[in-house]
Amino acid sequence: MSKAGKVFFNGILNENPTFRLVLGTCPTLAVTTQAMNGIGMGLAATFVLVGSNIVISLLRKFIPDKVRIPAFIVIICMFVTSVQMLMQAFLPELYKSLGIFIPLIVVNCIILARAEAFASKNSVIYSAIDGLGMGIGFTAAITAIGAIREIVGNGTIFGARLFGANFEPMLIAALAPGGFIVFGLMLALVNYITSRDTKAANKECETTHEEGAAQ
Amino acid sequence: MSDFSLNVSTAPHVRTNDSTTSIMRNVLIALVPALLAGVYFFGFRSLIVVGVCVVSSVLFEYLFELILKRPVTIGDLSAAVTGMLLGLTLPVTAPWWMCVIGSGVAILLAKQLFGGIGDNFLNPALTARAVLLASWPVRMSGAAFVNPNLLGSVDSVSTATPLAYGAKLQAGGASILDLFLGNIPGTIGEVCKAAILLGFVYLLITHVISWHVPVIIVVTTGLCTWLFSGGGIETPLVAVLQGGILFGAVFMATDYSTCPMTALGQVIFAAGIGILTAVIRCFAGYPEGVTYAILFMNIVTPLLDKYIKPRIYGEPAKKKGGDSVA
Repeated sequence: MSKAGKVFFNGILNENPTFRLVLGTCPTLAVTTQAMNGIGMGLAATFVLVGSNIVISLLRKFIPDKVRIPAFIVIICMFVTSVQMLMQAFLPELYKSLGIFIPLIVVNCIILARAEAFASKNSVIYSAIDGLGMGIGFTAAITAIGAIREIVGNGTIFGARLFGANFEPMLIAALAPGGFIVFGLMLALVNYITSRDTKAANKECETTHEEGAAQ
Repeated sequence: MSDFSLNVSTAPHVRTNDSTTSIMRNVLIALVPALLAGVYFFGFRSLIVVGVCVVSSVLFEYLFELILKRPVTIGDLSAAVTGMLLGLTLPVTAPWWMCVIGSGVAILLAKQLFGGIGDNFLNPALTARAVLLASWPVRMSGAAFVNPNLLGSVDSVSTATPLAYGAKLQAGGASILDLFLGNIPGTIGEVCKAAILLGFVYLLITHVISWHVPVIIVVTTGLCTWLFSGGGIETPLVAVLQGGILFGAVFMATDYSTCPMTALGQVIFAAGIGILTAVIRCFAGYPEGVTYAILFMNIVTPLLDKYIKPRIYGEPAKKKGGDSVA
């Protein structure tokens, strides 16, 4: 796989911000009561991530090391403010349901973490790809959590009713404890899947090693 | 000389006959009076509710351990005890799917995912009850609690929540004797205090539990409720005969893996449950606080075990005052 592909899929699978890096848990728990909220929040964060990654990467040789964090925050703020205004103008419904969590994207750890760990050390193209991959990984993760909580806690998916009139939704899934429970279970599942991959890889290493020793 | 064989082994040489299975069997036996009282007051449907909980709990444990290729532990009866405890804390009107989901939460979420028997940090049955209460509040409170209808059908007139009965008591709705014998609306297992006390005595005789935790919980709840309510409306006796405090104190708070190991820790644990129950009953929006009080103190238990350590045998006792100066 080319380096661009690796950088892109890194954010979706191996270093998924929600399930592998466990960053940005505040919006993950707070806005995922519905699948639609997950998509809205995820896309807003993706836009900010790509934008801030590009600008920070462009300015990476210009920003003095000692003041880099305030500089990153100012750049991120610029993008968050524009997202907020755009959303308020064109998607007022979504803006209402996400509420305070749109301005709070500024302090979302994912964005600062990518600025610090990736964009400030890599070229513009890769930084943009990294922002896009991370953003899509984040969007997919919180949309999945939102979908599960919406189905179990409300009996709907993207607002469409799934079950008959006799279905009594399990309210706790839509409440705060449900957020923690679903997030924990999905973390466990992703950990299980990825640890199985590493185990298989380790085993492969061992066998090749043994073969080498036999020769 | 030739027929004489010596069995050489390391200590310990004297073992008790207690095993997880025998302890769990004793708990099941101790729960039988409460179950029978529930059947007597609410009809045979209570037997179905408890039965569905027990069967599905055991089944969930079996399937989970089978799928994860762990040793199957349904033979130690702990899953059956969890199911029975859960069933007894549900109203008789609980639908079957609620029993199954509750058992799933208890066994899979609260017990097995944290490592199985002995490793759960929350009481599984109470966790399941709390989840059900948050998920289907209408089915777990208020009108879900029907009036006792001796061995009859369940479609009797529903009334206020068990605790709202305290006010009714003043108006002459139920006597202290009704509260004690269980002739009041409530969950299947909690209503008959006489049956719970019978189970308590059995657990004491068989040395499954000691008296400290249940007695301290009941006394603190009674006194605190009485104090918080201004000392007049609810006498301590009425306070402890209402709701699930007695059932929780005897069967839920004494769970081995979720209560502290030291004597002092257990005293703090029990007093904490009593005070929290009274606080929730008197000041919070929930009608009943026993579930949340016990679960909260379950979470505090590791902290109590960390800071209250028994003196290790042979370690010198701590001297008072600053006499460490030579």
